[in-house]
Amino acid sequence: MIDIVEVIETNEMIRSENLDVRTITMGINLLDCCDRDLDRCCDRIYKTIMATANRLVATGREIEHKYGIPIVNKRISVTPIALVGGTACRTSADFVRIAETLDRAAKELGVNFIGGYSAIVSKGMTGADELLMRSIPEALAKTERVCASVNVGSTRTGLNMDAVRLMGEIIRETAEKTADRDGLGCAKLVVFCNAPDDNPFMAGAFHGVTEADAVINVGVSGPGVVKAALEKVRGESFEVLCETIKRTAFKVTRVGQLVAKDAADQLGVPFGIVDLSLAPTPAIGDSVAEILEEIGLESVGAPGTTAALALLNDQVKKGGVMASSYVGGLSGAFIPVSEDQGMIDAVERGALTLEKLEAMTCVCSVGLDMIAIPGDTSPATISGIIADEAAIGMINQKTTAVRVIPVIGKTVGDTVEFGGLLGHAPIMPVNRFSCEAFIARGGRIPAPIHSFKN
Amino acid sequence: MKKIIVTVLGPDRVGIIARVCTLLSDRNVNILDISQTILSGYFHMAMVVDAANCTVSLDQLLDELDALGKELGTRIQGQSEEIFQMMHRI
Repeated sequence: MIDIVEVIETNEMIRSENLDVRTITMGINLLDCCDRDLDRCCDRIYKTIMATANRLVATGREIEHKYGIPIVNKRISVTPIALVGGTACRTSADFVRIAETLDRAAKELGVNFIGGYSAIVSKGMTGADELLMRSIPEALAKTERVCASVNVGSTRTGLNMDAVRLMGEIIRETAEKTADRDGLGCAKLVVFCNAPDDNPFMAGAFHGVTEADAVINVGVSGPGVVKAALEKVRGESFEVLCETIKRTAFKVTRVGQLVAKDAADQLGVPFGIVDLSLAPTPAIGDSVAEILEEIGLESVGAPGTTAALALLNDQVKKGGVMASSYVGGLSGAFIPVSEDQGMIDAVERGALTLEKLEAMTCVCSVGLDMIAIPGDTSPATISGIIADEAAIGMINQKTTAVRVIPVIGKTVGDTVEFGGLLGHAPIMPVNRFSCEAFIARGGRIPAPIHSFKN
Repeated sequence: MKKIIVTVLGPDRVGIIARVCTLLSDRNVNILDISQTILSGYFHMAMVVDAANCTVSLDQLLDELDALGKELGTRIQGQSEEIFQMMHRI
């Protein structure tokens, strides 16, 4: 029989420590929507999404009610659109039509984001891939809920530096096209290395070609719960610290597993994975930075930050893996700047730099995330940032990503406000030395050697 | 058996348990266990009930508990027992 203390503990986590299920994301296969005619292709995409996900939002609400646990987002990811639209689209403008179709379906279903406006170009770009990539600025400016991602490299293939160069230009152009909203388009655009096929988190979610027709993936959260648990073991040894994180991660993940199974059963769709990520929000007490500070840092960014984050990330995985039958996606601590009040504070007090964030991404998921940079940052410099981050992923066999926002007309000292879960961000300085000649080379960085690990 | 945990959280007052029990009995919900404790100055009560033969839908029962809580100036919540089982039992 369940004990009253356990009931109180669970409800305290939900009420005071921001325990929630961050997202139920339904992956939908659109490969059978390919058609030579663009109108028919768009029509099939629309009908497939509407038919598959029509009960997603209602089911999410029912589950919230039944267990008394908030499910913050209900979302959809689709097959990378470069594959789906390749036959129908002759121009970038054709691809934008598909983006608008996705946006319409998302609005009618009541999901706040739809991911999968994507191209997987880790080794080379097809004509369709390039058209899609070039359509991203227009597509993100014209739509509200569509998220785009591009995978530019992997441990097996190396880095596609032509794609890296192009994405520097695309990010810049996206910022310009959405300059009236402080470059909001860039908040919906991720450049990956080693992108997973089953990631439920936006903006990088897409439904990989290794997946079934439809699948339910769930992202759990709970930085506040971990922080609250660690407050009770202040000054204790690393052994106690690690045990506490593991136990907490287990409990948090169990909730995700329960919700994922229930949603999958009710929707008649297979359960895919639970993503173990610690995903912060701008809400007070829902911050990964605050956990690191609770571990013993005066401010995130101080020496010791990378070690503390490595420990946190690993213990979350160790606790979470046993709690769920299938774990996947990104599964690690997220360190987005604008979405984490503790990170914002650290940047503002001068404790946290872009370079330290880059070091932190070596030991956690996912990468340089939601970082506002000066509007005059050149496309080549953005490509350089992408190349650095992708190299970390390639060599360390992990997912890394870049989601930076060049804010046109603003510079270091200014702040941008994105609103809602995207939060606000102080603009961070970028190293001013040029990598123009490096990025201009073109071609690929070969795949790394898989032995002699050091 | 469809076990629901009903929790009451708030200041202790005369008649809260009676009102909750009346609501549950009106809906043909069987009470299996009741425990209560004072934690951090708050009165907590947890009831394990069986809603297998409940005369209204689970959704409606949860709504009615919530409404009763608002009426009494306390927080009354019903949740499926599975969330606690999953979190605290391997």
